[in-house]
Amino acid sequence: MKQEFTVTVYSENRVGILNQVTSVFTRRHINIESLTTSESAIEGIHKFTVVVYATKEEIEVLVRQIEKRIDILKAYYFSQDEIVYQEIALYRVPTASLFEGNEVEKLVRQFGARILEMTPEYTVIEKTGHKNETQELFNKLDPYGVTQFTRSGRVAVNKLKKEPLNSYLRKLAKNGVNPEK
Amino acid sequence: MEDQKKDTVKMTGSAAVMESFVREGVDLIFGYPGGAIMPVYDALYSYREKINHILVRHEQGAVHAAQGYARASGRVGVCLVTSGPAATNAVTGIADAMIDSTPVVVICGQVGSTLLGSDAFQEVDVVGVTQPVTKWNYQITRAEEIPWAIARAFYIARTGRPGPVLLDITKDAQFGSLDYIYKPETFVRSYTPYPSVDPGLVEEAAMLINLSSRPMALVGQGVVLAGAEKELIEFLDKTGIPAAQTLLGLSAIPSKHPLNVGGLGMHGNYGPNVMVNQSDLVIAIGMRFDDRVTADPKRYATSARVIHMEIDPAEINKIIHADVPLLGDVKESLPMLTGKVSKNDHSKWLEEFRACDRVEYKRLVEREIYPDKPEITMAEVVRRVSEAYDDDAIMVTDVGQHQMISWRYFKFKQSRSVITSGGLGTMGFGLPAAIGAKLAMPGRPVCLFVGDGGFQMTIQELGTIYQSAVPVKIVLLNNNFLGMVRQWQELFFDHRYAHTSLINPDFQTIAKGYHVPAVKVTRREELDKAVKKMVSTDGPFLLEVAVEKEGNVFPMVPAGASVDEIILE
Repeated sequence: MKQEFTVTVYSENRVGILNQVTSVFTRRHINIESLTTSESAIEGIHKFTVVVYATKEEIEVLVRQIEKRIDILKAYYFSQDEIVYQEIALYRVPTASLFEGNEVEKLVRQFGARILEMTPEYTVIEKTGHKNETQELFNKLDPYGVTQFTRSGRVAVNKLKKEPLNSYLRKLAKNGVNPEK
Repeated sequence: MEDQKKDTVKMTGSAAVMESFVREGVDLIFGYPGGAIMPVYDALYSYREKINHILVRHEQGAVHAAQGYARASGRVGVCLVTSGPAATNAVTGIADAMIDSTPVVVICGQVGSTLLGSDAFQEVDVVGVTQPVTKWNYQITRAEEIPWAIARAFYIARTGRPGPVLLDITKDAQFGSLDYIYKPETFVRSYTPYPSVDPGLVEEAAMLINLSSRPMALVGQGVVLAGAEKELIEFLDKTGIPAAQTLLGLSAIPSKHPLNVGGLGMHGNYGPNVMVNQSDLVIAIGMRFDDRVTADPKRYATSARVIHMEIDPAEINKIIHADVPLLGDVKESLPMLTGKVSKNDHSKWLEEFRACDRVEYKRLVEREIYPDKPEITMAEVVRRVSEAYDDDAIMVTDVGQHQMISWRYFKFKQSRSVITSGGLGTMGFGLPAAIGAKLAMPGRPVCLFVGDGGFQMTIQELGTIYQSAVPVKIVLLNNNFLGMVRQWQELFFDHRYAHTSLINPDFQTIAKGYHVPAVKVTRREELDKAVKKMVSTDGPFLLEVAVEKEGNVFPMVPAGASVDEIILE
């Protein structure tokens, strides 16, 4: 049975790694639902967070196939209950819409969103949450004229006691192995 | 830092490529020059005393030759090609090396770094194109990166599960200069080539082996790549376990070894295919349960526990679930296992395989190698040639019916004697691969079996054979058909022979044009004499045999069937 998995990948910071990660999914005709990438807490190591729908058997093999790529340090997969995750969404609405009744303001309060910027022309609202939450706010705001909407990929931390990559790198450091140039 | 400076030498990027080759022990490269790689070729001119270069006729041939070289010798094969079309021509060979775990380093030229991405002349995003078919690839844009990248390329290509590495060097990096110092690579932090063997799992595997009454070993190329042939034989001899081989695992065990029960898979032997579903314990040693081996994986090894000895974690549970996933280099894990297992004898179980062999011989093999019809069969040719070489030649094949027949009927005494395109099934692989194999092992006879279809995919390499005087023996099994496809059309597409019939050139005239001595055999009584002539001729030789036009390869596991539904005729 297919279910949602969050895959986290740690790699060297080198040209073309994203292609290496995504091509493993492409080969299996698995669509990427969400993708976030940036430098991890460790200097020079990048972290990818990828959300996909797959079976447990598929994801196990996929993660090993990603990790097999030379420039990938480690890859892990987590089911939804093994992580805490968040996404961020931005909504641009005409500022005028805030003055036509208090509905927009009510929605901002109700959804725990906040106003990021306000100009005479437009207002930008920010909401963090899961996709269904940011989507719901979009649906509710849309009648007031959302002119732009964008949602980020997922960021996630797992519920394990220790970050597994850190212990791996610490082990390497203990053995006197220098980090990558 | 001071010390380091003393050891450096100022040189160009191109010279650094050559110097690094020398440091890696490279004395032979296969290649084809062109615009964007000219500085490196110019440096090669200065290194011509140290590094021999074989000028091929097409870049695909360069990679296949490097593969043949690597597969025959265990050393890394090296290719040098230019940018754009040369690099894309090399892709088929690179993909073949990837799927068959062959250590190859391909260096290709690239347009100057200021032109990258501008659709410059002969520019292709080679790193992008080859990403899925290389173990590692890297674009070098500065001369200083060259020693580091080459050291890393060789280390990655040959260690762990070997594979192809491509380095794309921009022309300005070739022209640029650097303070050269070479340090062979020994560690890449994001890469674990040899996972450590878990002694607990060795114990578990040994326990299963000791308890099993119907164990069976499936031997793959991993044994050859690890150089663990001796360790394998010790394990088999102690346990008495019958051993079958995959397409690329063949010759890891001598053909005559008493525990050798033959080949696995679609056109393998009857016994091992049927018995794998009778077995209570399958020990997969350096093999990956390719779909041509397992047929329907849901009906494979149905009553067996599975011990999977494998160096690549990505292969574990990919196709067949492993009860004991014994990760690690088999050269390390096999002796550990041999130390833990009890001495045993499975002669009664082995006899069941032998009974299958007798059935296969009676119903199939006998009439294939001693046919009672006038047409010459592929099998009889292969067997005659094998015998003429005292079953001790390196057999190279192309892809198709002749490949399966050669694999079934050629016999072997030593390892690294089978060079064939397994995973990718690349027609045109044979001729250039045979060139590489012969140059790697000049002391061993190298005999290529090729069909009339595949021969014409890389036939221009006859020019390489002539120019470089490579004494390759070519046995062309000519049925004027794309035989394997025709066989499938006959069996599964109602005899509708869509575009499989070939109207061929006169191969004798072609051979003559390339100054390769050739003989054509059309009648059985001419065969022995012609084979003798081929064997006794110094230098290259083409033996063309007009074989049965619509012969089929059997046994056969039909697509989607279970291995035990193998058909004999």
